[in-house]
Amino acid sequence: MAIRSFFLFILFFSSSLSPVFSLYEDQVGLMDWHQQYIGKVKQAVFSSQRAGRKRVVVSTEENVIASLDLRHGEIFWRHLLGADDVIDGIDIGLGKYVITLSSGGSILRSWNLPDGQMVWESSLQGPKHSKSFLLVPTNLKFDKDNVLVVFSNGRLHAISCIDGEVLWKKDFEAESFEVQQVIQPPGSDLIYVVGFAASYQFEMYQINAKNGELLKHESASFSSGFSGEVSLVSTETVVALDSTGSILLTISFQDGKISSQQTPISNLVEESLGPAVIIPSSVSGIFAIKTDAVTVFIRVIGEGKLEVVEKTTHEIAVSDALSISEDQEAFALIQHASSEIHLTVKLAHDWDGNLLKESVKMDRQRGLVHKVFINNYIRTDRSYGFRVLIVMEDHSLLLLQQGEIVWSREDGLASIIDVTTSELPVERNGVSVAKVEHNLFEWLKGHMLKLKGTLMLASPEDMAAIQSMRLKSSEKSKMTRDHNGFRKLLIVLTRAGKLFALHTGDGRIVWSHLLRSLHKSEACQSPIGLNLYQWQVPHHHAMDENPSVLVVSRCGPSSDAPGVLSFVDTYTGKELSSLSLDHAVVQVIPLPYTDSTEQRLHLLINADKHAHLYPKTSEALSIFKREFLNIYWYSVEDQNGIIKGHALKCKCTGEVADEFCFDTRDLWSVVFPSESEKIVATVTRKLNEVVHTQAKVVADQDVMYKYISRNLLFVATVAPKGSGEIGSVTPEESWLVAYLIDTVTGRILHRVTHHGLQGPVHAVFSENWVVYHYFNLRAHRYEMSVIEIYDQSRADNKDVWKLVLGKHNLTSPISLFSRPEVITKSQSYFFTHSLKAIAVTSTAKGITSKQLLLGTIGDQVLALDKRFLDPRRTVNPTQAEKEEGIIPLTDSLPIIPQSYVTHALRVEGLRGIITVPAKLESTTLVFAHGVDLFFTQLAPSRTYDSLTEDFSYALLLITIVALVAAIFVTWRLSERKELQEKWR
Amino acid sequence: MEKGKGVLGAGRRWAVDFSDNSTAPSSRDIPDPPGFTRASVDQDDSAVSRQKKDAEANWKAQKAWEVAQAPFKNLLMMGFMMWMAGSTVHLFSIVFEPYKDNKVELLGPKLLFIALNLGGLALGVWKLNTLGLLPTHASDWVSSLSPAQEVEYSGGGIPL
Repeated sequence: MAIRSFFLFILFFSSSLSPVFSLYEDQVGLMDWHQQYIGKVKQAVFSSQRAGRKRVVVSTEENVIASLDLRHGEIFWRHLLGADDVIDGIDIGLGKYVITLSSGGSILRSWNLPDGQMVWESSLQGPKHSKSFLLVPTNLKFDKDNVLVVFSNGRLHAISCIDGEVLWKKDFEAESFEVQQVIQPPGSDLIYVVGFAASYQFEMYQINAKNGELLKHESASFSSGFSGEVSLVSTETVVALDSTGSILLTISFQDGKISSQQTPISNLVEESLGPAVIIPSSVSGIFAIKTDAVTVFIRVIGEGKLEVVEKTTHEIAVSDALSISEDQEAFALIQHASSEIHLTVKLAHDWDGNLLKESVKMDRQRGLVHKVFINNYIRTDRSYGFRVLIVMEDHSLLLLQQGEIVWSREDGLASIIDVTTSELPVERNGVSVAKVEHNLFEWLKGHMLKLKGTLMLASPEDMAAIQSMRLKSSEKSKMTRDHNGFRKLLIVLTRAGKLFALHTGDGRIVWSHLLRSLHKSEACQSPIGLNLYQWQVPHHHAMDENPSVLVVSRCGPSSDAPGVLSFVDTYTGKELSSLSLDHAVVQVIPLPYTDSTEQRLHLLINADKHAHLYPKTSEALSIFKREFLNIYWYSVEDQNGIIKGHALKCKCTGEVADEFCFDTRDLWSVVFPSESEKIVATVTRKLNEVVHTQAKVVADQDVMYKYISRNLLFVATVAPKGSGEIGSVTPEESWLVAYLIDTVTGRILHRVTHHGLQGPVHAVFSENWVVYHYFNLRAHRYEMSVIEIYDQSRADNKDVWKLVLGKHNLTSPISLFSRPEVITKSQSYFFTHSLKAIAVTSTAKGITSKQLLLGTIGDQVLALDKRFLDPRRTVNPTQAEKEEGIIPLTDSLPIIPQSYVTHALRVEGLRGIITVPAKLESTTLVFAHGVDLFFTQLAPSRTYDSLTEDFSYALLLITIVALVAAIFVTWRLSERKELQEKWR
Repeated sequence: MEKGKGVLGAGRRWAVDFSDNSTAPSSRDIPDPPGFTRASVDQDDSAVSRQKKDAEANWKAQKAWEVAQAPFKNLLMMGFMMWMAGSTVHLFSIVFEPYKDNKVELLGPKLLFIALNLGGLALGVWKLNTLGLLPTHASDWVSSLSPAQEVEYSGGGIPL
């Protein structure tokens, strides 16, 4: 007995300590892919280095600074700054340093251009908040040292380019002074700071760039005031608009004297245009104003005289000026014309002559050109050539040169809002989408190579061939559904309002579609994409239909702006239809009912708490009417600290009869005391999660019944004081309260208060448990807690005969209004990392054990077995508990290096982790997105239901053949021997 | 003299048939060796064969009881083996066929054999039970019980 238990013990330990998930070196890239993006480019600076590879340095709206290869668009290096460290400006200093100004102008950094290492960082403080400017004058020297001029926080700094030291500074403390431009005329030692004071006074400061001394201060007042930005038309002239947006003010401050001229726009353009805005540009002598319909380019011809040079109704984008010689400046202009864009490069002083005019075919799915950056190069015949970098409406980045798109980057994928999945088409006879790539010989050759690898006979070249064969396996990137359900489409909605379908096999873009409904239009000024829902998932009887997704968006940022629905076919990417709603969309509730074409019923709640049913068909209505009394909804008002439950009442009592609109009534509300609790996190179970069983067998054949409900809501509240940054409160005045609330009845099933804890709280809900992550102020460590909830009222179902004969009511439908008797078990553990996201694996039938997927602060995804978060863990588990697989309790959760799902990669700017079940029960698909994308397959209990990918079928075949041959040979031999023995 | 195949089954590998078949007239063309008289041998023939057959029947009955009792000898060994690693199941084949004979009463041995094997089976079942492999607990019947459906449905959350 003792020996046996010893063996069991050894067995248990070896199984529990061996990493559950790990990867061999040659398996990297086999089932996973990783894509790097940078986001929508805000600013681009071309490196003018003569030698070495041409590169462009960009800063983006995702807060990335990156150096890109100008030839191919690849990333040389990239840095993602923190969310509170927004980049204000970038430039290149001395040809080898990338200078960035960030955090509202308070941090200036210098990076080495070739490799992206940080050279220095300096912190710039100032008296008050203001606009910030970064200037890198080319010929302003200070003891052989180039000087950077930075205006930020109401202070002008001159900073050494070599080491970041502040050479001098000058404060602009006047209360109402708002800086508009900082100008450093090339070839002079002066700096002009111009701005407005008290919104009607124009102020000009002239400063000595050598020492920061104030040379002159002039001001002039304009009774009509100012609006918007100013445009610099020469080094000593700016153009501004008055507060009505109808009069142009040309202000020049030559030699420190302010003179001005007013020109009503109506004098320049005959028809009335309405209020205009100035498009900021730095082209000397020319500026542009834009009204709703028209863009007007205006030239300044000496002494403040203005002249219209061009008026266009096309969408237009202008680049900044590029100086190509001593006194010549060029700029690029891009105009749209149906499926083409026209690129023109002009000289600043010569509007009518074009240096370059090209037309480029442009995919309509990229939308409008938002930004243009121009760069020149010297052709072999010593003339100037131009290349432009353009940023499109879908956030993609393209390089145009010689009338062609040299490369393009789909950087819209850096800002994903929502993700859903779709199945691929079924492979049908005759309509095979896949190519026939392999002939028999190649198949055999491949398997022989594999066999050689297995038998360790392969040479390094063979190994490389095997590896490339595995990576390029066409099997994984086919466009049809596979038996294991590994091949799917990931449908992602980006912030730009573009929908992409990514293939899970290799991450390529199958189709992309810029939603028409998310296009700016008369009715919808600033549409925002909100969410994606699976609208139609055909299976069984509706196989012939294509699946589709529902994109819910809204016109404008306020919650009562009218909503827009679009339906997109996921096989083709075509927008099937779009609906402009006459009501707002505050909540979208996918209902657990589908109609005969497998369209899911959705309830849209508007701002007045009316529920609208979609699809608007009579069939959907009849299904809905049948379940009418059983449908409830709840709203979490996290600002007021109230959770309300509602039921549907009757048809809307509006002026227009709408049978798909329903009134609702309040049923219950949970009000959290605002002085002590603030909602920081709410989480529910995923709607599509499958739970295999309601019973949990514990040690000694005992049964515990899980309390499994789709209508449970986990709410975490913290003390309002403690909702700030970690460490901003003492442990005594901070706490965290966790609730489990039934969202049908409003019953609080469980409530627990933890003292001395602080957010942020990340939580995940699955089956009958919640795991949440927070900071413990007393222990100065992060912690994770688990709550498991069990149904006590079922606990006495222990009669074996009743269960054998099925005479129990454990699976009969239950109402939540019957009083539940629940018990909860919970436990807390220390955890080293702080988290960005948390998710749980999900499998097709819910049999496979679960793993938590933790998005760590280092932008990696860590898999942690749920077994480590089991409230039944004790320090000394009994024999029976050990056999059940309970791990002895430790105070902290282990981090096993092999269980990083992302292995050596990082998903920069990680925002979300999505898990999708494959058809194969053991396997789940994981998609992590941030600025980068990462996809892999996970098998939390290993692939117990299939052979591994590197299984050698050839070896199996050869073994079988050899065995059969051996059987025949030995049979013959034995027969012969028997005959001989008979003759003896 | 020809080599006899074992008619007695697995218990024996060979046997020699001593009964003389050479009395057939066809073998008579070989002359008898000098000094041999065939007549005396022919006289005793029937008595000897009867005696032989009785001995064989006795031997068969004895052997049948031996086979029937064989499991008993194994029981202790079996129990010990079960205790050691007993999750394997032995199949005992009943080999009473070769002993089938009109004169031999096989009911007794068969019953004993069955009883002893049942004893072994009972031991096995008891062993399985102690290992927890028999579905005698509630937990064995609920492990694949799907969760109960809920009548009500509620959705919602933080406003978009």
